Amino acid sequence: MASALKLVGIRKSFDGALALDGASFESRAGEVHALLGENGAGKSSLMNVAAGLYAPDAGSISIDGVPIALSGPAAARQHGIGMVHQHFKLVKPFTVAENVLLANPRPHFASGIRNIRAAIEKQVGELKFSIDPDRRIETMTVAEQQQVEIVKVLVGGAKILILDEPTAVLTDAEAVGLLEIVQRLARSGTAVVLVTHKLQDVKRFADAVTIMRGGKTVATLDPRKSSAEELTELTVGQTLPLPVRTPHQGGPTKLNVGALCYTRGDGRTMLNNTSFHIRAGEIYGIAGVSGNGQAELAEALIGAIEPSSGEIWLDGTGDISRASQAKRREAAIAAIPADRYTYALAGSLPISDNLAVAQIRSGRYGGLIKLDRAAMRRDAATAVKDYDVQGVRSVGQKASLLSGGNAQKLVIAREFSRQPQVVVAHSPSRGLDARACAAVHQRLIAARERGAAIVLISEDLDEVLSLSDRIGVMSRGAIVGEFERPADRQAIGRAMVDHG
Amino acid sequence: MNLGDFLINWIANAPVTAVPYALAALGLIVAERSGVLNLTAEGLMLIGALAGAGTSLLFVGHPAVALLAAMAAASVVSLLFAVLVVVLRINQVIAGLSVVFFCQGLTGLIGTLAKWQNKQLSGLAPLKIWPLSEIPIIGRIFFMQDPVVYLTILIFIAVNFLLFKTMLGLRIRAVGENPGAADAAGVSITLHRILAIVAGSSLIGLAGGYISVVSVKLWVTGMTGGRGWIAVALVVFARWAPWPALAGALLFGCIEALIPHVAAAGIQVPQYLMLMTPYLATIAVMIWVGAKDSRGSQEPGALGQPHVREERR
Repeated sequence: MASALKLVGIRKSFDGALALDGASFESRAGEVHALLGENGAGKSSLMNVAAGLYAPDAGSISIDGVPIALSGPAAARQHGIGMVHQHFKLVKPFTVAENVLLANPRPHFASGIRNIRAAIEKQVGELKFSIDPDRRIETMTVAEQQQVEIVKVLVGGAKILILDEPTAVLTDAEAVGLLEIVQRLARSGTAVVLVTHKLQDVKRFADAVTIMRGGKTVATLDPRKSSAEELTELTVGQTLPLPVRTPHQGGPTKLNVGALCYTRGDGRTMLNNTSFHIRAGEIYGIAGVSGNGQAELAEALIGAIEPSSGEIWLDGTGDISRASQAKRREAAIAAIPADRYTYALAGSLPISDNLAVAQIRSGRYGGLIKLDRAAMRRDAATAVKDYDVQGVRSVGQKASLLSGGNAQKLVIAREFSRQPQVVVAHSPSRGLDARACAAVHQRLIAARERGAAIVLISEDLDEVLSLSDRIGVMSRGAIVGEFERPADRQAIGRAMVDHG
Repeated sequence: MNLGDFLINWIANAPVTAVPYALAALGLIVAERSGVLNLTAEGLMLIGALAGAGTSLLFVGHPAVALLAAMAAASVVSLLFAVLVVVLRINQVIAGLSVVFFCQGLTGLIGTLAKWQNKQLSGLAPLKIWPLSEIPIIGRIFFMQDPVVYLTILIFIAVNFLLFKTMLGLRIRAVGENPGAADAAGVSITLHRILAIVAGSSLIGLAGGYISVVSVKLWVTGMTGGRGWIAVALVVFARWAPWPALAGALLFGCIEALIPHVAAAGIQVPQYLMLMTPYLATIAVMIWVGAKDSRGSQEPGALGQPHVREERR
């Protein structure tokens, strides 16, 4: 088959940092071509070049063998390149038809809407989607909104469809459904580019895979003929050690959450009699479709919100559901919030301050009057080294300058500096690449080995499955099912959606 | 005077007092639908009022010319606001307040220097829609108003159509709701926001010109007397939708029209208390808006937020 989209020797730098270093990519009509790589490997940058959003510093782009120059997204659209971004570009109060019309303008509104509605219905029929052109975007689920994005691009006549991390926001079942459709779309002659960091998606649905690392394309192969280990090694550069874990000992109950309830300001009940317990030396994973109370549970556990009723009983301390942050710190609860830049770090303060703040009352860094900055810097330097925080020129530099993975390592270094008894980790590996992710997981396992009780709340089912000793499935603010390790992925998936 | 005459006089006057609120609120809605928080109404109404009065005094022409001058003057001044908030991305509240103070000072200065204060203008004769105007009561209220009252209704129909039934309206609303999505769809944020501000401001200028040229028939420094601010509140009350804004404007028109009639009817109420009623009503309306639930509000998603493209080209 002839090449549909061909990128050769693409280079692009942002403010002196090289994001793409001579990357090349070639996809053919009729196949799903995956672009695999870690965060920051340059996948999205490369595809943004193809979609006309970034102007490359060097390199050539050709479509159907004809070299072209892209002046912007509109030019890319004219050449039949359509991209579905990770963050949807939809106007929420508009209907589906209005959104599609906005991106594919017609001279007149009334006839344009009729024309667009017909075009949408044609695409929806072919793809077996279930979207009504007259529905408003704000009433639709994320999966449906994604369908709208795809239809929007196809109505524009795209022959090359680029999907940037399409499954990141979907549940397992939704992701499979989407990828099956994408595969069918490719069979009908579209060149599909699937940007992803999920190996299973590549193995299952891609006809070809190009792997990126450090802004370069390192290999293009047939995913069905390559092993998962081979692909991982190419993506990461080296094979990652799996964390060592001893079988669970079944220690005494450390934390007991009993009938926790919480109603949000807008009247929605987010926690509805949430109950579970965790033993010492155990990782308790909480899985569920996002928005079923996981965020509120994490906030209640770390004391960001006060539950309306129920208790959080901690061994040796008692009910802490209404305890102050200071009291929680005293009880050795460590918090790794989902939004680390907002809740876990003061971005404009130095790394050393961010680390020292956890022990500021201990007297380790001086008393009320004098702050022992030398001790703070010394401890910070040790922590940065121990926890392998990269990109630190000096411990006096601002925490906000750290990349996602390193910022997370810094949070963990602080939270683990006092041997926590309970760890509340909410999406601890969100936005991290494989290496940083593995480091975070190792720290959680290490805390478990030491006898801490760990609550792991994550939307990444793989993460929950690989780390947890027990898994609770959360739906509509309650734990609706518990699974012992090794848990059945399908059963968990069913529990997640059956009650939702 | 009997109660019947009192009511008819009052209601028949309400459209004249309602027109400035209605046009100013509609002008603000157009700008705010594009995502620009517009607080300039009080200032631009003064510009319109002064330009209308000045044109009438300098070139004794048809009042329509004066009203067109009011629209043009407000549009030109609004370009300053547009550049501040759209191009330079200055905080929209600060920029809006600055423009109001600037306009208050400028109109006071020009009006005094040109000696336009307190000079009688010819005004605009009512348009009798014969034979409907001969119907008792109804004829006086609905069919003997000045042409701008009827024009206002046509303007509302036109703007409503423009915003919700044209490609231009779709783009303006998209820019106000989600500039990122509009940008990705190839819609120019800068262009559409400037257009919405300038076009909306022409209506605000018309509202001001109407006060001096048609309603009061005089130029007095600061003569808009806070009506621009009430229009800002009306937009919130109307949840950024044109027809509710017209209804709200009528409500305030009725309240304002009541003031002179209460005094004329010989009812003993302290004058300052009466003059206060529109502002008391504004506060009451804001409390009501705050208390009821906010579902169904069409507040633009990106209202007040300057747009900065995230893409790194």
